[in-house]
Amino acid sequence: MRAPVSWLAEFVDLPPELSARELGDALVRVGLEIEKVESGSDDVSGPIVVGRVVAFDDEPQKNGKTIRWCQVDVGQPSPRGIVCGAHNFAVGDLVVVALPGAVLPGGFAIGARTTYGHVSDGMICSTRELGIGEDHSGILVLPPDSAGPGADALDVLGLREAVLDMAVTPDRGYCLSMRGLAREASAALGLPFHDLQPELPPVDGRAYAVSVDDPQGCDLFSARAVTGLDPAAGTPAWMAARLRLSGMRPISLAVDVANYVMLETGQPLHTFDRAKLSGPIGVRRAQPGEKLTTLDDVVRVLDPDDLVVTDDSGPIALAGVMGGASTDVDATTTDIVLEAAHWHPASIARAVRRHKLPSEAAKRFERGVDPAIAGVALQRCVDLMVQHGGAAAVDGYTVVGAAPERPLIALHADRPGAIAGLPIGRDAVVRRLVEVGCQVDGAEVLQVRPPTWRPDLTDPADLVEEVVRLEGYELIPSTLPTPPPGRGLTESQRLRRTISRALASAGFTEVLSYPFVSPSVHDAFGLAPDDPRRRACRLANPLSDAEPELRTSLLPGLLATLHRNVGRGNRDLALFETGLIFLPKPDAPPMPRPSVDQRPSDEEIAALDAGLPDQPRHVAVVLCGDVELPGWWGPGRRADWSDAVAAARTVAEAARAELDVEAADTEPWHPGRCAALILDGQVIGHAGELHPRVIAALGLPERTAAMELNLDAIAPPPPALAPALSTYPPVLLDVALVVAADTASAHVLAALREGAGELLESVRLFDLYTDEQRLGPGLKSLAFALRFRAPDRTLTVEEASAARDSAVALAAARVGARLRT
Amino acid sequence: MPNQSFDPVEPNSLQPEVIAAAVAEARAAFDAARTLDALKVARLAHAGDRSPLALANREIGALPPAAKAAAGQRLGSARAEISKALTARQAELEAERDARVLVEEAVDVTLPTDRRLTGARHPLTTVQERIADVFTAMGYEVAEGPEVEAEWYNFDALNIGVDHPSRSLSDTFFVESEDSGLDLRTQTSPVQARVMLARTPPIYVICPGKTFRTDELDATHTPVFHQVEGLAVDEGITMAHLRGTLDHLAEEMFGEGIITRLRPSYFPFTEPSAEVDLVCFVCRGESVGNPERPCRTCNSEGWIEWGGCGMVNPRVLVTCGIDPERYSGFAFGMGIERTVMFRDSAEDMRDMVEGDVRFTAAFGVES
Repeated sequence: MRAPVSWLAEFVDLPPELSARELGDALVRVGLEIEKVESGSDDVSGPIVVGRVVAFDDEPQKNGKTIRWCQVDVGQPSPRGIVCGAHNFAVGDLVVVALPGAVLPGGFAIGARTTYGHVSDGMICSTRELGIGEDHSGILVLPPDSAGPGADALDVLGLREAVLDMAVTPDRGYCLSMRGLAREASAALGLPFHDLQPELPPVDGRAYAVSVDDPQGCDLFSARAVTGLDPAAGTPAWMAARLRLSGMRPISLAVDVANYVMLETGQPLHTFDRAKLSGPIGVRRAQPGEKLTTLDDVVRVLDPDDLVVTDDSGPIALAGVMGGASTDVDATTTDIVLEAAHWHPASIARAVRRHKLPSEAAKRFERGVDPAIAGVALQRCVDLMVQHGGAAAVDGYTVVGAAPERPLIALHADRPGAIAGLPIGRDAVVRRLVEVGCQVDGAEVLQVRPPTWRPDLTDPADLVEEVVRLEGYELIPSTLPTPPPGRGLTESQRLRRTISRALASAGFTEVLSYPFVSPSVHDAFGLAPDDPRRRACRLANPLSDAEPELRTSLLPGLLATLHRNVGRGNRDLALFETGLIFLPKPDAPPMPRPSVDQRPSDEEIAALDAGLPDQPRHVAVVLCGDVELPGWWGPGRRADWSDAVAAARTVAEAARAELDVEAADTEPWHPGRCAALILDGQVIGHAGELHPRVIAALGLPERTAAMELNLDAIAPPPPALAPALSTYPPVLLDVALVVAADTASAHVLAALREGAGELLESVRLFDLYTDEQRLGPGLKSLAFALRFRAPDRTLTVEEASAARDSAVALAAARVGARLRT
Repeated sequence: MPNQSFDPVEPNSLQPEVIAAAVAEARAAFDAARTLDALKVARLAHAGDRSPLALANREIGALPPAAKAAAGQRLGSARAEISKALTARQAELEAERDARVLVEEAVDVTLPTDRRLTGARHPLTTVQERIADVFTAMGYEVAEGPEVEAEWYNFDALNIGVDHPSRSLSDTFFVESEDSGLDLRTQTSPVQARVMLARTPPIYVICPGKTFRTDELDATHTPVFHQVEGLAVDEGITMAHLRGTLDHLAEEMFGEGIITRLRPSYFPFTEPSAEVDLVCFVCRGESVGNPERPCRTCNSEGWIEWGGCGMVNPRVLVTCGIDPERYSGFAFGMGIERTVMFRDSAEDMRDMVEGDVRFTAAFGVES
C-alpha cells in the first residue's frame, strides 16, 4: 500500500515539521511495516519545467515521419526551439519540458542536440519518459491553467511528494485506505483525525433497481447513479498524480474516480454503463456452467460458489473481484450506475483462488471492508464525477440489506496489563480502545463494541493487542520465565547428533538437499516397474514440473549434489545427509478436518496421523575420487564399496550397534558390490558401489559408492556393560584358511569365532590372498589373527592350540575351509 | 716363583706410585677414546680382567696378613676411580652418539598430514543444535514433527481457517491435490499444536526443523528452509517473558549487547503478535540518522528483521484442549538461514543450499 503523505494529511492534522520518515517510524511502532519512504522524483533530476507551446511547424521528413518544430515558452525571455515527434497537442497547450542538464528515469540525460536540421534545446516529455506511466502514444499535456511556464513540473505533477510504501498485514483491511492509515497515524501520534462526513441523500431505492438473492454472500448492496458525464472530460492532474503515486495507472475519469475513492475510503466501487444494463441488478451465486467474460477479456467458467452480479442478460460481474466486459464503461459512456457492496470475505477469497484472479477490490473485500462507508464512498464518487466530468447526480439512493451490528466483547480491564506483563490502568485501556474507534462501557469488565471498520476485532485477545500496541511494545519489560526442570535431549536426538559428528569426523561433509525429485530418476536408478521406491508422494503444485515428487530415498538429492560439486572442480568427495523420506501409505484414509472449537477427539487425532505418509529418517553417504590422498607418504586410495560399508558401520558404532553385512543385489548398486546392512536380522539399508549403468545415466564419476540406511531402525543404545579385564598374558595364533573364492569372509569369521569358544578374545582377518597357481583355481586364502586369553590363569599354548583347532574344524565343517600349509 | 723370603718384599705392582700411574694411564686412555668402540678397547686394557690393576689384585693374596688390608684398600679405590672415569666417558660418548643419530633422524615436520578427507557439518545443523542447547539449558525440551503435515495442523489448528487470507498468502506446497488435506508444512508451528495436544501445561518446548514454501531459489529465498519455534504455556506467562527469552537467545547467538525490538504485527496463531527485530549487529544502530556512516546490513535502519512472535491466541489453546482462562503462552519463530546469514555473514542463500563442500568445510564439525 502506497500512501502520499499529503493525502493522509487530509484526514489527520500532521504538523508541518513532521517529516515523512518520522511519520513512517510512528506507523511502524503501531504495527505497519514501512518498506520505503520515497518520492516520485527519486530518479529524476535537473530542470524539468512547465512549457507553453507558442507555435509549431509540421515538417515532413524523408523517412516518412513528420516532426514538429516547436517554439516553447519555458518562462525565460525567449522561447526555446524543440523538436517533437508527437502531434497530440495544440498551440497554447501546457507541456512538460526537460531542459538540457535534466536526467530522466533510466539515467536518460537531456542535452541540446541537433536533429532533423534543428538544434533541439530540450525535450517535451511523455508520461513514460517521466517514469510515471506507460503512455507513450503522445506527450503529456497538462490541464489548462494548471501552472505557468517555467514552473517546476515535478511539483505540478505532485512528484516531489513523499510517499510511504507499506506492507499491510491481512488483519488490517482498513489500512488499505488513506482513511484507515490516517486513523492509525492519529492514534500513533496523538493527533486529531477528521473522517469524511458528506451529506447523504435519503435511501429510497430509486437509484437503480437491485435485488439480493444471497444475503449471506452480500449483506449490503448500495447504488447511486449519475447522468450526462462528458466522456471527453479528463482526470484532473492532482487526481492522476495521486493515483500514480499510489501505484495505479490513470485510465479514464469514471474509472479513476472509482479507484481514487477506493484508495481514499477502502470501499471498492464498481461502475456500470447504464446504457448497457438490461433490467434490474441482481446478486446470487452462479449457476453451474455459467460463463462470464471479465474486464481482462478472459472467458471464465463460473463455479456455483461464485458470487455474481447479474442483470437480465445473466452474470455481469464476478462480485467483489472483477467486472464483466459487457457492461464496462467506455469512451462513449455518459450514464453510470455506481455499486458499493459488502461481500462475504471468505466467498471472495475462494473466488480469487479459484479463478487465480487477485485484484485491488478483492484484496480489500477478503480482508474486510467497513460496511458503514459505502454511502460515503458513493457520495464521493458522485461529487467527483459532477465536479470534474460535468455529470449530474441522478436522484435516488438504493440500499439493499444492512450492516449487521457488531456484538459486544467482554474484556477484563486488567487483562491487557496481565498479558503484557506491564501495568496498564483501566483508564489507559479505555482510552486506547476509544482511540481505535471502540465504544466502551462497564467498570471492571469492559463491554466493548468494536468499530465497523475493524472486522478483525472479535475476541478479547484482539482488544488486548490494540491496547498494548498503542501503549507501546517498547515499554514491555524483559524477564525470563521459570520452566520446571527439563530432561534435555531425548536419547534418539542425542544419538542423531553423535552419528552426525561421527560421520563428519570420518571425513564426510554434510549437505541438505531438496526433497523434490523427478520420477525419471527411478529409471536412471534402474528400479523395476513395481519397485516400492517408485511409489512417491506427488506435489499438486511443484516448483518445477520436472520434479513433482517427494524423495523416497536420499540418494537422488545426494548424487545430484555430488554431481554439482564435481562440476565445480571438487573431485574427491565424501558427502552425507540425514533427513526424512516420504512413503505414501497405499490405503491412507482421507484426512479429517476436525472442528477447531474444541479439542479434537482422540479418534480424530489418530485419524489425522493415519492419513499422513510414513516419514522415516534416513542417513546416506556418497563417495567418489580419493578417500585417502596421494602425498609424500605414498599413493592415495580411491573410494570404493568398502568405504560405503565402513560409513554404515560408523553409523552403527555410534549407537554401539553391531551391523551384519550380507551380499545383496539391489538397484542402484553394482550387483556384485552391494551389501545388505543388517541389524538384528532386519535389513535396514544397503551400501556399495553404484551400478555402472546408473553411473553412466547420471553422469557420475566412475566407481561412485553410496550407502543409505534407515536411522529410525537404530535404537539408542542401552547403558554399556563394562567388561571385566583379564590381566593374564594372551596367546596369539594366526591361521590361514583356503576357501572357495565366493565364500563370504564374514561367514568364515563367524565359524572361527563360534568354534574357538570362550577362550577367544578377538579374531581379525588380516590378509586376503588369491593365486591360482599356488592355491588352485576358484580358491582364496584368508589369514586370521586369533588372540586367546583366560580370565583366571595364564593360558598354555596347548590350550590355545586346541581352541584354534576346534575353530578351524568348525570353519571346515561350515564353509569347507582347509588350513593352508 | 716360590716366596723364599720370610719377610717378603711387596711386589712392585702394588706400589702406590705404580697404582697411581695405572690410574693415570687409564684416564688418559679413556679420554683419548673418541668412539664407543675405542672406549671398549680402552676398557679391556685398563679395566678388564687382564688390566694392570686386575693383575695386581692377584698379588694381594701373597702378602702377609698385615699388609693385605692396606694394599687391598689402595687397589680397590684405584679400581673404583677407573670405573667411575669409564662410566663418565661412556655416558659422554653415548650422549654424543645419540645426539648424532637424532640429528640424522630429523624430518621436515612441516610436511602436510592431510592423508584423509576432512569432514564438516552444515551450519544449518549446528546452529539448530546450538539454539536447542540454549533452550535445553533453561529446561525446555526439543519437539519434532512430520514434514508432510495435515493441513489441519499446519493451518486450522493455528486459527488459519480455510478461507483465511494468510492461507493463500503462505505459498503452500500441496501434496497429491489441493484438497487432499496434506501439505509440506509451511512453518514449524504445527509441531506446537501437536505438543499442546499431547501434553498438559506447563509446556516449554522448542521445535527446530525444515519448512517449505513455493519460493524459487535466489540469493535471499529458498523453497526449503529451516525454522526454530519456541513455545511456553504456563500460568502467568506474559509478553515480558517472551521478550526476556528472545533477548537471551539473541545474546547467546550473536553476542552481548545484541538486543531485540518487538514491533506490532499479525499472525493468526498469536494475539497480540509482533515482529522480532535485532539491533543491527554491524552498526549497532549507530548508522541511524548518520549519513556519514551508512550501514549496508540494516540499510541504516538500525534494526534487522529476525522472526515473528506473540502470545498464543486463546483460540489455538482451546483447539488444543488447554484452558485459556488458566493458562497463557508465548510463541516465537525465526529462520535458521537468516540466523546463519547474520551470525556467519553468509551472503547468498544459494551457497547455503547447493551443497558445495567448499562452503560447509569452512564451518568444521561444530560451529
